[in-house]
Amino acid sequence: MSATAVHSLWTTAAVEPLNKIPAPHIEYTQLSPVLIVIGAAIISVLVEAFVPRKGRYVAQVFLSVLALAAAFAAVVALAAGGYGTTKAQIAAMGAIAVDGPALFLQGTILLASIVAIFTFAERRLDPADHGHKVDSFAAEAAAVPGSEQERAAVKAGFTTTEVFPLALFAIAGMLVFPAANDLLTLFVALEVFSLPLYLLCAVARRKRLMSQEAAVKYFLLGAFSSAFLLFGIALLYGYAGSVSYATIARVVDGAVVSVDPALADTMGNDVLLLIGFAMVLTGLLFKVGAVPFHMWTPDVYQGAPTPVTGFMAAATKVAAFGALLRLLYVVLPGLTWDWRPVMWGVAIVTMLGGAIVAITQTDIKRLLAYSSIAHAGFLLAGVIAATPSGISSVLFYLGAYSFVTIGAFAVVTLVRDAGGEATHLSKWAGLGRRSPLVAAVFAVFLLAFAGIPLTSGFSGKFAVFKAAADGGAGALVVVGVLSSAIAAFFYIRVIVLMFFSEPKADGPTVAVPSALTTLTITAGVVVTLVLGLAPQPFLDLANQASVFVR
Amino acid sequence: MSFPLLTLTAAVPAAGAILTAAVPAARRTAAKWLALLVSLATLVLAAVVFVRFEPGGERYQLTESHSWIKDFGVRYELGVDGIGVALIALTALLIPFIILAGWHDADPLETSSKRWRPTQGFFALILMVEAMVILSFEATDVFLFYVLFEAMLIPMYFLIGGFGDRAHSGSDENAAAQRSYAAVKFLLYNLVGGLIMLAAVIGLYVVAGNFSLTEIAEARANGSLEMATNTERLLFLGFFFAFAVKAPLWPLHTWLPNAMGEATAPVAVLITAVVDKVGTFAMLRFCLGLFPEASKWATPAIIVLALISIVYGALLAVGQRDIKRLVAYASISHFGFIILGIFAMTTQGQSGATLYMVNHGISTAALMLVAGFLISRRGSRLIADYGGVQKVAPVLAGTFLIGGLATLSLPGLAPFVSEFLVLVGTYSRYPVAGIIATTGIVLAALYVLVLYQRTMTGPVKEEVRTLPDLRARELAVVVPLIAVLIFLGVFPKPLTDVVNPAVQHTMSDVQQKDPQPTVPNVEAAQ
Repeated sequence: MSATAVHSLWTTAAVEPLNKIPAPHIEYTQLSPVLIVIGAAIISVLVEAFVPRKGRYVAQVFLSVLALAAAFAAVVALAAGGYGTTKAQIAAMGAIAVDGPALFLQGTILLASIVAIFTFAERRLDPADHGHKVDSFAAEAAAVPGSEQERAAVKAGFTTTEVFPLALFAIAGMLVFPAANDLLTLFVALEVFSLPLYLLCAVARRKRLMSQEAAVKYFLLGAFSSAFLLFGIALLYGYAGSVSYATIARVVDGAVVSVDPALADTMGNDVLLLIGFAMVLTGLLFKVGAVPFHMWTPDVYQGAPTPVTGFMAAATKVAAFGALLRLLYVVLPGLTWDWRPVMWGVAIVTMLGGAIVAITQTDIKRLLAYSSIAHAGFLLAGVIAATPSGISSVLFYLGAYSFVTIGAFAVVTLVRDAGGEATHLSKWAGLGRRSPLVAAVFAVFLLAFAGIPLTSGFSGKFAVFKAAADGGAGALVVVGVLSSAIAAFFYIRVIVLMFFSEPKADGPTVAVPSALTTLTITAGVVVTLVLGLAPQPFLDLANQASVFVR
Repeated sequence: MSFPLLTLTAAVPAAGAILTAAVPAARRTAAKWLALLVSLATLVLAAVVFVRFEPGGERYQLTESHSWIKDFGVRYELGVDGIGVALIALTALLIPFIILAGWHDADPLETSSKRWRPTQGFFALILMVEAMVILSFEATDVFLFYVLFEAMLIPMYFLIGGFGDRAHSGSDENAAAQRSYAAVKFLLYNLVGGLIMLAAVIGLYVVAGNFSLTEIAEARANGSLEMATNTERLLFLGFFFAFAVKAPLWPLHTWLPNAMGEATAPVAVLITAVVDKVGTFAMLRFCLGLFPEASKWATPAIIVLALISIVYGALLAVGQRDIKRLVAYASISHFGFIILGIFAMTTQGQSGATLYMVNHGISTAALMLVAGFLISRRGSRLIADYGGVQKVAPVLAGTFLIGGLATLSLPGLAPFVSEFLVLVGTYSRYPVAGIIATTGIVLAALYVLVLYQRTMTGPVKEEVRTLPDLRARELAVVVPLIAVLIFLGVFPKPLTDVVNPAVQHTMSDVQQKDPQPTVPNVEAAQ
């Protein structure tokens, strides 16, 4: 290959005279949701550094909730200003798209994050330790579990308020992820939200070793998948000579206006394209937890502090599916015939795999993890539809699912015994007799997971399956229906356990939460029922938001 | 806008369910009375529907239509035809008796926690089931029907699994395990049926673009909506499978004996007399209405399955040692008759099947509720534990006998009319099937009379000697039911007047005419 026939972003830039490099043009208004959250995250780090220990908790909770609410308000203002529809555009020099799907998903992530932050801030569930209120996070994450140092930290009433800046950074990354409009932004966003999550997984107050093990697993596998993604990006850049979504799409479609020699050399090379694309896809499927890239999910969901699990299960999934949608619909519509069969296979094994393996689980958090895998399969069925109704159904499903998930994990934090949360299923026996209200709420969430009519789970599932059937994937609908039937079995089993079994004498107690967790759970129930009974306004919203800007 | 009468018939029990559930733990009796009053109010509303309905008028009357989920092409569309009216009347009639019969079934045990409120839950769930069943008889939107069809499983499931029969053999733990097994089996069977129907519902939407029963039927009739033969057959099978599980039709029936055996008698009545009727009703309304060609295609197979149900259910009923399971198998046999009548595709067969749904509901309620009173006295479901009850409790035995005789279709009692119509309707098109079905009647006489003989006659067993006769509350349950059985047995006209025009509509859906009676060719013989 000659020297000129190499794509030369950096070399050409170096040759150009300095004054010709344009200053980047940033649309601050359109990017305000992300900027607010990043700004708050940085302030939050400063709070960690300068505010006295006593005031930190209040300051952090206040700052986080305020920032997320402000960012959500910004999203709403942008959507109301028409940026989701008529004024949809590409901002920040082509790096970030401001369009319907991006705004919808950012709104969903922000709302889910607000209620998740409430569970982070909960300090009523565990009894006070040495007179200090405690939350779900370790007193001092760096201390070796069981060591003298840790005991001293607990005695001194340390708390890991660092979780708030970490969560804010993660949220900022998640906001960018579905809006990323070039592959490098995509990668940066992925790392920005992944790294804080690895840390958050490791800081559980109880069962520290499991929590740290989960974090290491998540980090190793996550790093591995990031490497895949990055390598795929490199190959795609090699293929198209650009990391911009729009340019790659043009090259794939053969619609490039001016072909320079380097591009002429590579654009016929389908090997680069297909392998690169497959690797990028692998990275994204890892994040959504699709089979066969799901292995980390049960361990991480089980080991991570439960509020973090809920946050991760909801918000990460939303962000990752957003990115996947944009990649498939904006960059590679020209490859639909290539990716559909692969995604068919992935969707089928994900639906069946998640549902079947979940049956054998004995831990409620692992069970919910496998259930989240099965749900990823249902979502993939909607993604595969490759129609506008496919996009809107996935958007709707994500909104519905994230609230059920956060609510369900919030209920898990309530059921406790001497060792912290009692997550083993046998301990949940007879919960319905001892605490009818909590058990009933959890039953509502389980029925929504199972997709029983009049819950949001059914509306979402129906929307996705309808889109899939419309898009010619009738067989997927049949598999989806069958795996729903399998999945129903284990959701029902938990309900049986809660209501029809006699409570055990040494069973767990249900902690009375503060207003924060109560608010989270209430929001979950309300959204579940409203989206089940009257989903139309939200379907309208998802429909309006279902056009990607190119 | 007209007065939403149909919505109200469902909204009243639904609101009643929520109110009942909200009654404080200590005020159990108030919750019971509230539930009873709500069910009576619903009965009044159902009576208004029955009176307001004009048999000779439009096919669907008292219609309501509102946009619900525009995106899915789903509307909140209600309307009743004669069949729906008859079944709404049945449901509204039975629920007060079910509540009255189950008055003490859900009283909390002494040992229960103070916050556990089983009584409120029990009656709230019954009312919730009533609301959903009534609304499903009214829904003319396929999606709306599907939602109710699935959603009613959840309260039913809690009724079966949460409030088992206190009369059982063995330890409490064993009984709890069997009960939850029955509840889970009920739910899984029906859920799988429902999910397969969901695939068909989505398929129907892809083909037709909306869910309105009337619009789809119209489009099919005037040729603007064509379905490929195979598509229609697959969709038909998806719907039929769900209804056959619910009905239940052999070989999908195995959940019913478990569910009816483990549930309390009133809940067992709720299952077989009320909820299962949704399955057979839906066959008439949705299978025949939406997929006439496929229905005709599947008829031979379905008739064979129905015949197997009739004979197999009856044979197994003969062999049962448990009173409630016996009634369950008898019901399977009777559902075979109903399905046979529907798919015989004759006017008599289908009117007979509709009447059968109503009459089977009332007769099974009478038999099962009295059996429940008996079982609660002795604390055993086994036939062998009884004997000579008629000497100790003559009124109980007498009402039990009448319920039994109704079950075996004694002339003069309501089920006779419907069974006769089904057999005549079947015979005129499928003589062999009619003849085989008749054996079901013979076997019915066997299992009912043997049951009566073993439990009520003969020497009085030691444990039975002290059984009290029916109390006032129990009489209030049984006597009206028997009165209705006798009334409809000698004067079925109010019901047939309502049902017949609806059946004519269904017959024209499937473009079937009754076969002309043929006289053997006498001239040729000469």
